[in-house]
Amino acid sequence: MAKTMFEKIWEAHVVEERPDGTALLYVDRHLVHDATAQAFDLLNEEGHSVRRPDLTFGMADHYVPTHQDPDRQGHHDAMVSALETNTQRHGITSFGMRHAYQGIVHVAGPELGLTQPGMLLVCGDSHTSTHGALGTLAFGIGASEVTHTLATQCLWQKKPRTMRVTLKGTLPAHITAKDLILTIIGKIGANGGTGHVIEYSGTAIQALSMESRLTLCNMSIEAGARAGMVAPDITTFNYLRDKPYAPQGEQYDQAVAYWETLPSDPNATFDKEVEINAGDIAPTVTWGTSPETALPIHAATPNPAAMATEQRSAIEAMLGYMALSPEQPLQGLAIDRVFIGSCTNSRIEDLRAAAAIAKKGKARIPAVVVPGSWQVRTQAEKEGLDRVFIAAGFEWREPGCSMCVAMNGDHIPPHERCASTSNRNFAGRQGRDSRTHLMSPAMAAAAAIHGCITDVRNL
Amino acid sequence: MQAFTTHQGIAVPLLDNNIDTDQIIPARFLHRPRNAGYADQLFCDLRFHVDGSADAHFILNQPDYAAGSILLAGENFGCGSSREHAVWALMDYGFRAVIAPSFGDIFFNNSLKNGLLVITLHHQTVQALAQEARQPESRHLSIDLEQQCISSTEQGDLAFEIDAYRKEALLKGASEIDMTLAKEGAITAFEEAYLKRHPWLIPSPPTTITTQ
Ligand code: SF4
Repeated sequence: MAKTMFEKIWEAHVVEERPDGTALLYVDRHLVHDATAQAFDLLNEEGHSVRRPDLTFGMADHYVPTHQDPDRQGHHDAMVSALETNTQRHGITSFGMRHAYQGIVHVAGPELGLTQPGMLLVCGDSHTSTHGALGTLAFGIGASEVTHTLATQCLWQKKPRTMRVTLKGTLPAHITAKDLILTIIGKIGANGGTGHVIEYSGTAIQALSMESRLTLCNMSIEAGARAGMVAPDITTFNYLRDKPYAPQGEQYDQAVAYWETLPSDPNATFDKEVEINAGDIAPTVTWGTSPETALPIHAATPNPAAMATEQRSAIEAMLGYMALSPEQPLQGLAIDRVFIGSCTNSRIEDLRAAAAIAKKGKARIPAVVVPGSWQVRTQAEKEGLDRVFIAAGFEWREPGCSMCVAMNGDHIPPHERCASTSNRNFAGRQGRDSRTHLMSPAMAAAAAIHGCITDVRNL
Repeated sequence: MQAFTTHQGIAVPLLDNNIDTDQIIPARFLHRPRNAGYADQLFCDLRFHVDGSADAHFILNQPDYAAGSILLAGENFGCGSSREHAVWALMDYGFRAVIAPSFGDIFFNNSLKNGLLVITLHHQTVQALAQEARQPESRHLSIDLEQQCISSTEQGDLAFEIDAYRKEALLKGASEIDMTLAKEGAITAFEEAYLKRHPWLIPSPPTTITTQ
């Protein structure tokens, strides 16, 4: 029978199946980070050991500071050191603060070759869907499941349904994977993918670089999907060649031969199908407090008066929180701050795109650039991108999650409006009463030099 | 995990769609150790003004609902971040069950690992229960997991679905880790054969690491 890529990977990992279809799955790679302390506490309290420390890797990201701040305001160094203590205690390799391989777990994992096609990879973080860009079945888990994976290297999972999102045609100039995924979420909704694993396919997807595929899969969770995946191909194989933890030499060839068997069979069927014309996509920006409020740049906010009663109050509440009026155009909306970073858009390609725009002017508002990893930061400095940003008045920071989640002290002050390349515009996400507009790195850089939301195609 | 058998309590209608885990408990609180409790931080930014005073409009600040233990929620409740703190905060506050038309997948799983009963019911049914709960005199509900039944004054008995295995685990309050560890033989047999077929999955440390 024809199988989807998801089904092939799922089946390869089933240790045991219950009559109701729930399966005990073997985990190939488990990534832990500095916000998983409570899961280690539980493990230690119950006296369990880590079954496969060699398949587990640690990464400090959520709580690491991104600049030298003498008064350490709002910092939680204890969380970063708890990761160090826990990983050392259990013999887990961990990349702590300022290690050459440290970065946001979803940036550094693929970049180190820890993520590979056909793997089942989990991490106690919802954006684990990112890793699916390599043809990996990757999903986020909670603290109890982290403890369970540490102790057993396995997880009980109910089999999700499958969904295929096909992107036809080619993306127009200046349109990025961020615009693409925001458009998809706008179309299917914040729970359009709930209970499903999405496979992205079509000519526009095959043409994407690995960085862009990572951006795309990263936000699958914002559509409610369990995971997002792209079939591995020559782009994937070339990306992994010579990555520090990827298979080397003969093992690489052996792995590639296996990876080539993973893509969905031509006749495989999916539970749900969505088609989008890539050529129709414009630079996309969110206006509300859910990623599904994504609109093309030339659009205006909705008018609640024109909506069904049931939707009206939700739209009114979002407009109120965001301090926007009905039918207000997005273009020209004044912005207070810019954040370029996060596991969605902090890779080298993102920084190149932002720098190309930053070159054209000077930031009129505070703007920070937080590279996703030390490897990205080092590469960017080699290319002189740091100097471009600094000359344009942007701050050049050290890697970490930073203002994406405001756990390390970096945050947006109350009632300020931020153009952000991150993935969530939830109420309070970037700091209490902060207002977030999600967009691509080039669009965020354009907002910085114009002080307002600007169509990058006109620059 | 805390066992769940039957529960009777006050139903709290909070029907907004897409209540994400950042709203259930903001990220700035997540560093607190588990045993310190999160009850005071539940829905913090909705419950309290910036100066810390209670927002009288928020339902949990209304005397009839402050002792609520069954949440009636909207679509996609618990979407967003995987933080299990969202479940802990609800349970620490006193919630034992959440009834909604749909849930964020990770939140749904996390709830069942802790003994917070999450029940999916049709949108209209949740609306009807909420309508009823808004009248203080009919705000009580009872839930019987064994019978898979919710009883309300006006709607009568409503059946709900739950996987047989999850039901069993909840009724017993069983530890999943211990149950999985009991399958040690099967796991080891799978692991050996699987890693033999895919030998590249065991990573070898890189020979050179460039230092910062
Ligand atoms: S960058 Fe943001 S979304 Fe990504 S892992 Fe960090 S906190 Fe989560």
